[in-house]
Amino acid sequence: MNFDFSDDQKQLRDQARKFLAEKCSPKAVRVVLDGKAPYDRELWKGLAEMGFLGVAIPEEFGGAGAGHLELCVIAEEMGRANAPVPFSSTVYLAAEALLIAGSEAQKKKWLPAIASGEAIGTLALFEGKGNPAPKNVNLTAANGLLNGVKKPVADGAIADFAVVAARTGSSGRDSDVSLFLVDLKAGGVEVKSLTNLDPTRGQAEIIFKDAKAEPLGAAGEGWSILTQVLDRAAVLCAFEQVGGSDRALEMGRDYALDRIAFGRQIGSFQAVKHMLADMYVSATLARSNSYYGAWALSTNAAELPEAAAAARISATQAFQHCAKNNIQVHGGMGFTWEFDCHMYYRRANAMALGLGSLTYWEDQLIDRMRKKNAA
Amino acid sequence: MNFDDTPQEAAFRETARKWIDANAPKEFEEELSKSSLGRIRLAKHDMVEVGKAWQKKKAEGNWACLHWPKEYGGRGATPIEKVIWQQEEGVYGKLTQPFQIGEGMCGPTVMAFGSEEAKRRYLPKLASGEEIWCQLFSEPSAGSDVAGLRTRAEKKGDNWVVNGQKIWTSGAHYSDYGLLIARTDPNVPKHKGLTMFFLDMKSPGVEVRPIKQANGMQEFNEVYFTDVVIPDSQRLGAVGEGWSVSLTTLMNERMSIGARLATGVPEMFEFCSNLMLEEGLAIDDPAVRSKLASWAAKSNGLKFTSYRTISALSKGERPGPENSIGKLVSGMMLQDIATYAMDLQGAAGVLTGSDEETVQGQFQQMLLSSPSMRIAGGTDEILRNIIAERVLGLPGDIRVDKDVPYNKIPTKGR
Repeated sequence: MNFDFSDDQKQLRDQARKFLAEKCSPKAVRVVLDGKAPYDRELWKGLAEMGFLGVAIPEEFGGAGAGHLELCVIAEEMGRANAPVPFSSTVYLAAEALLIAGSEAQKKKWLPAIASGEAIGTLALFEGKGNPAPKNVNLTAANGLLNGVKKPVADGAIADFAVVAARTGSSGRDSDVSLFLVDLKAGGVEVKSLTNLDPTRGQAEIIFKDAKAEPLGAAGEGWSILTQVLDRAAVLCAFEQVGGSDRALEMGRDYALDRIAFGRQIGSFQAVKHMLADMYVSATLARSNSYYGAWALSTNAAELPEAAAAARISATQAFQHCAKNNIQVHGGMGFTWEFDCHMYYRRANAMALGLGSLTYWEDQLIDRMRKKNAA
Repeated sequence: MNFDDTPQEAAFRETARKWIDANAPKEFEEELSKSSLGRIRLAKHDMVEVGKAWQKKKAEGNWACLHWPKEYGGRGATPIEKVIWQQEEGVYGKLTQPFQIGEGMCGPTVMAFGSEEAKRRYLPKLASGEEIWCQLFSEPSAGSDVAGLRTRAEKKGDNWVVNGQKIWTSGAHYSDYGLLIARTDPNVPKHKGLTMFFLDMKSPGVEVRPIKQANGMQEFNEVYFTDVVIPDSQRLGAVGEGWSVSLTTLMNERMSIGARLATGVPEMFEFCSNLMLEEGLAIDDPAVRSKLASWAAKSNGLKFTSYRTISALSKGERPGPENSIGKLVSGMMLQDIATYAMDLQGAAGVLTGSDEETVQGQFQQMLLSSPSMRIAGGTDEILRNIIAERVLGLPGDIRVDKDVPYNKIPTKGR
């Protein structure tokens, strides 16, 4: 059994960690947090130069052609650094949708631009409250024109193009949904930035008024493609969440060693030690589930739907748990804007909703386990 | 990343599988498969006798304690081969329960601290199951704080005379030998006055009494020592070094890798899939689904954590600390699952007989037994301390009794 990343992949992780430690310090994250820039352009350029944006994009489309295990280790480091760039929208959602369903021409147009950092992409799925479901897709597509409103759209205000879920039927079945590619810089598209939990990753409302769109994948196949995209993104986001969990745990541990109260390190109090031990437990469970997700993702295994849901649940719970208790370990200092704890707290809770909420994924896991048991 | 064996591992697995297929006591396969949650039930046979027969057969085929050196009854197998063997042994591994403390704790301690003569005399018989060993550490007033133990061993010529009481000794009533830690000097701080021994459980003055547990069962014992004589040749390690010897024993306990701990999740999934609530099947209820999914994700997390450990062994690396979370997570989960299953059963949940409404009371049994899972082999709190101190590097607790002579430590009567 070799249920671990290879030495090369671990080396890539170290390389990414070193790169991000240098280019994505908490100070750099704060430039975006404080609203002085919509995202870190320099970092985005650097990620492209390092080959990280196109690590899982085949060479024929301008990527490094490495694979998804390589993307997983980079994702972990992006989460650890709390990177203020549209990495998940562009790489896990838009690029994956193109890889699964894009025509040769669509792939040629967008994938090299993603890999080089020239194009930012996103997925426009949600329309207000609710979780991913065909019935929640009301934006319409007719004669190659989209009409409707999507919100929230992650990184929508800085994206160049979007994969948009639209209603093309009214049968009440999954086949009512089709996917479209929209150039957001073209006419018929109005974008508004929305304030959100995590200012280091923007959210937007996008209003489509007779916006020109081209189909992505076959008509009526939209929901089936989306399900695959969300599963793949769930594994990749889980790695970001694992990286974030580990960092929050380290911050808490370091503070517990540093802070003196009642004449001793607060890390010597069992109440604090046990809280940190429980954070380690959650982070470890999340990491192990994510490794299984990585295996399923990289081999396109039949187990992917179940593995992705378990990784998503475990990683969401771990990041929320570690981020909130990191603040608790810090006490009052943890509730200041100056300390970095809240950046992870914000990211953890925003990420918990991005691909559908925890409840949604719990529901998915049970459905998928039943399907497996019935088979 | 893959789940495949290396060619050597595959060859080893094949050899093991063939041998097991030809030799396993298949007449017990069905009963053993049905035994869950760590409780083995053989309707018409004595578990220890059946276990001894299987262990003896394994020893004859060189499969008993296979990771031990050949000269002490093992096979000289690597850690990953040991894991592969356990996977292949499958349900028959449940028969090894009476030997696990000997194999996992007593044997390694004798191997590390015993004389060559003692190793050759005792280890092969321990491995083959001919002689069963138990571990005599915990006392009524020394559980988590085991170094605070009171059982005295006093030197008389070439012998030691032991007086005191041990508790929570599994298998004492059928054990031949015991690993005993006792206080040999009460005038020095508690960790420094301890010494390790082994003794014949049939020695005069040893009395084993079963404990009736909170769940109504009797699986553990109290062991009383009245002027029990142990020859000095049965001392393990130097006088006063018992604490560091015991750390070897306990480290081996925590190294038991690949032992899959029961979580209750498969039982709960099946239960919810079949239970009709007023609105329909329990598994269609949003609240049930949410809890069940969280437990399933945790249980998967434990399984894949053990896979990571096995992978490290396969590469000849030392496993990381991640395996230390297993008992902490599964113990709490068992208790939570049992409580929730009974909640779903409503009024009938109070019944503990073989009622249809409660699926023969399996969750009721789980509820009543689960507190011990959170205590035995290190309480949840001790396990959290271990993770905090050894994995995260946090400071140890301030110990007010650390430098105080043992006989000056305040106590509730000694």
